[in-house]
Amino acid sequence: MNDTTGLGDDVQLITLDVNGTSYEVITAPRRTLVDVLRHDLRLTGTHVGCEHGICGACTVLVDGLPVRACLMFAAQAEGARITTVESLADPGTGELSDLQRAFTAHHGLQCGFCTPGFLMLAQGFLAERPEATKEDIREVVAANLCRCTGYQTIVEAIDACATARRSQRAMGAEEESCN
Amino acid sequence: MTSAKDDRLVGRSVARREDPRLLSGRGRFVDDIELPGMLHAQFVRSTVAHGTITEIDLTRVRQVPGVVAAFTAADLELGDITAQLGRPLSEFVPTAMPVLARDRVRYVGEPVAVVVARDPYLAEDGLEAAKVTYAPLPPITCEEQALAPDAPRVHAEAAGNTLVDVGLFATEGIDEIFDQAPCVVHVDVRTGRQNALPLETRGAVAQWDAREEQLVLHTCTQTPHQVRTVASRCLRLDERAVRVIVPDMGGGFGLKCVVGREEIAAAAAALRLGRPVKWIEDRKDALSASFLAREQHYTARAAFDADGRILGLDADVVCDMGAYSCYPFTAGIEPLMASAEMPGVYKVPAYRVRGRAITTNKAPTAPYRGVSRPSYVMAMERLMERAARELCLDPVEIRRRNVITDFPYTGVNNITYDPGSYLESLDLCERALREAGWYERQAAATAEGRHIGIGYSCFSERTGYGSAAFAQRKMEVVPGFDLAEVRMDTSGAVTATTGTVSHGQSHETTMAQIVADTLHLDIAKVKLHQGDTDRITYGWGTFASRSIAVGGSAVRLAAGKLGDKLRAIAAAEWGIPPEDTELDRGRVRRRDDPEVALGYERLADTAYLKSHLLPKDIDPGLTATAVFDVHNDGTFSNATHGVVVELHEGTGQVEILAYFCVEDCGVAVNPQVVEGQCRGGIAQGISGALFEQITYDAQGEPSATSFMDYKVPTAHEIPEVVIHHLETPCAFTATGAKGAGEGGTIGAPAAVLNAVNDALRPTGVELDHTPITPETVHRALTPRTPEQTP
Repeated sequence: MNDTTGLGDDVQLITLDVNGTSYEVITAPRRTLVDVLRHDLRLTGTHVGCEHGICGACTVLVDGLPVRACLMFAAQAEGARITTVESLADPGTGELSDLQRAFTAHHGLQCGFCTPGFLMLAQGFLAERPEATKEDIREVVAANLCRCTGYQTIVEAIDACATARRSQRAMGAEEESCN
Repeated sequence: MTSAKDDRLVGRSVARREDPRLLSGRGRFVDDIELPGMLHAQFVRSTVAHGTITEIDLTRVRQVPGVVAAFTAADLELGDITAQLGRPLSEFVPTAMPVLARDRVRYVGEPVAVVVARDPYLAEDGLEAAKVTYAPLPPITCEEQALAPDAPRVHAEAAGNTLVDVGLFATEGIDEIFDQAPCVVHVDVRTGRQNALPLETRGAVAQWDAREEQLVLHTCTQTPHQVRTVASRCLRLDERAVRVIVPDMGGGFGLKCVVGREEIAAAAAALRLGRPVKWIEDRKDALSASFLAREQHYTARAAFDADGRILGLDADVVCDMGAYSCYPFTAGIEPLMASAEMPGVYKVPAYRVRGRAITTNKAPTAPYRGVSRPSYVMAMERLMERAARELCLDPVEIRRRNVITDFPYTGVNNITYDPGSYLESLDLCERALREAGWYERQAAATAEGRHIGIGYSCFSERTGYGSAAFAQRKMEVVPGFDLAEVRMDTSGAVTATTGTVSHGQSHETTMAQIVADTLHLDIAKVKLHQGDTDRITYGWGTFASRSIAVGGSAVRLAAGKLGDKLRAIAAAEWGIPPEDTELDRGRVRRRDDPEVALGYERLADTAYLKSHLLPKDIDPGLTATAVFDVHNDGTFSNATHGVVVELHEGTGQVEILAYFCVEDCGVAVNPQVVEGQCRGGIAQGISGALFEQITYDAQGEPSATSFMDYKVPTAHEIPEVVIHHLETPCAFTATGAKGAGEGGTIGAPAAVLNAVNDALRPTGVELDHTPITPETVHRALTPRTPEQTP
């Protein structure tokens, strides 16, 4: 009767790869990925808005793809690469990434509760579709809920980030071809 | 020009101070708080809408592994939450809201018992083992049932299920005015019951601090001092022994400006168990068992002369407040605001209104962004549109003939409106739509058989209610003033503390802009503290678009006092009068010789560390406090919204093609933040107009318990908004700012509804209810076959 985990008898040991760090977690099979990230690993940047996969506040990347961490058991994420909002800023200097800076420049957040979900959604989407148009971005932004902004500035922030990345890549390609 | 004015931050879109932590996952929301030995609470909730509790059996709950305790109302013996108006019983019936239901339940979801376990999952296991037996009573689920003769009573003390019944105005001779008017139009407007829906649900972490002899209650509330008052009363503690701390908050929109039963129960459990207790509401409870809003019904008529000038307004307003009065506002919040402010931006010479709050077996209500304004503005704007049709006038022209243009204007409602730009906003909004070619596009589309409509709403919003304005409602608890403290430390850095609580409104930035300007200081040197009852003597929190108007003014005044003290210290050192000094970029300088200056750090060093150098009449230290209140009727922001919609045959979908907003909130401290408030507010207004509604079935079961059946619009449905600013500074707030928090939500439903009706013009159908469902639109667009015609 000395269960200090608060998990009951049915526990398992799993290994999770989160933001490039490997964690061993003792957990119950029914525990969701978002709860393990937030409460076991203390990565509280990922938020919980509905627990039924609609609002997207809990969006993280699993092997590079946006996933609702409330709809996945932690045990299902074993062996996958999990990426959360905590990974975006520079780990050494804390400097915000271009995507994060675009959100602040365009006032793409107010209360900030849904923001980590939108950031990870955009991070995964732009990695896969760097050529996305503003219309494509609006389509993807419609996957998550925000109650503060009316979405326009979120779309603008992601579009500005995508545009800047493309022009940087074009400049890089140009430099390369000059060499 | 190189005057100091150019360095001013007020009026500039300064980057938000809140953003770096919120963008990098380093915010601290209530569910992020983890304390050693912390337990987790969840609530056994009523499964019936109306009934007597015959038995609560928690024996099996307490046997569930991991469950530490389970308490009923009888176990905790807490005081009730009771909100009062200072009105006679004929006008207001006070009702008590127990923290946990005792012998009676009044809505599905009402908390009956609290289960505390080592883990949230185990607490939910505990809930499943609870056995509560009810003797059901007939539920009251709508206005018609509530007001029916001999209806069963939701509260024994409330005859006719009426909590508030007030006739605030009745101009003499109004019936004759209606009898003789050449044009009288009627509307029957209903707005659906909504959830304010902050994306972060409610939650609290409570802990007894033995050293401070204090309950520390971290809770996401817009009104920490009011939660402290209720917690101290319910728990029978001195107020000193309760400290309420508000962490980062994921939106509130009014739902979190009333005191919740669960936060008090969690605190009670923490005291009882001697361990920290956390409660985090799940979405199902947030949707169906927290606080709802907006279910209002207006039966109104207006009289016009032949030129379209309004002669009189006569309205009956019924607000379905659900099962209980919220604290501190009471069930009067919606009907009293609607009654007092319904004439809005129009010159209404005669006015009669009856405002009622009824009680039903539905979750109770709280103020939601805009409170009654989205509904009464809709009723007024519908009256205008209907009169325009009747008199063959252009809908913008009829508004033009009626809006208030001479300020200050004292209305038939005894409210004095400070200057605004009602006519200017109307003209500019119409021009914006014309210049964008929407009228031509509408004509072309109509010729093709498409259904495009253009609609407007013109409105003002009373913001910066001071104690004088709230006292008019006769609340027993009269909000209004706010308090600020500004202090400078020995490093020259400044901490400003306010009684308001930002939860998305960017006060950490905007208030810092105000302080930085006032003290001529680098904004990086200014930090705002808020949401902690131990850090400021008192505060009224953030609601009613009051924070910048009232709280910001207090901050401005306190910063000004601190600046005066810095000048006094420097002046004493120079042996000159303080008037001969001025603040300049982190220094005090001599007016007669601006090259001679003392930096703040140096003055702070004197104020704290070399106080023996100060003259006798200057106290050591650098701290200043100020109070600000509004002693008149408040300051009115205003706007006009213009919307273009297309109705789609077959699906009945309402697509918003364009949205224009011309707004005036006085001095915009941070224009980007103001635009954010507009856009977000408009999105919520559109949500109410087209999508969101919680209905109840005949048994009182709520229809929406998840996002599967409560449609929150996404980027698919919410359009881009074009915003134009006008600026009529407020003469009596310290910064010239008016409130900007609610306007978007107020204007959108009326503008959208008017646009839909404009598109429906060829069908002859006019809609007066929101949400406007696809079924309604589809029905309106479907031509009736002869046998269907009545």
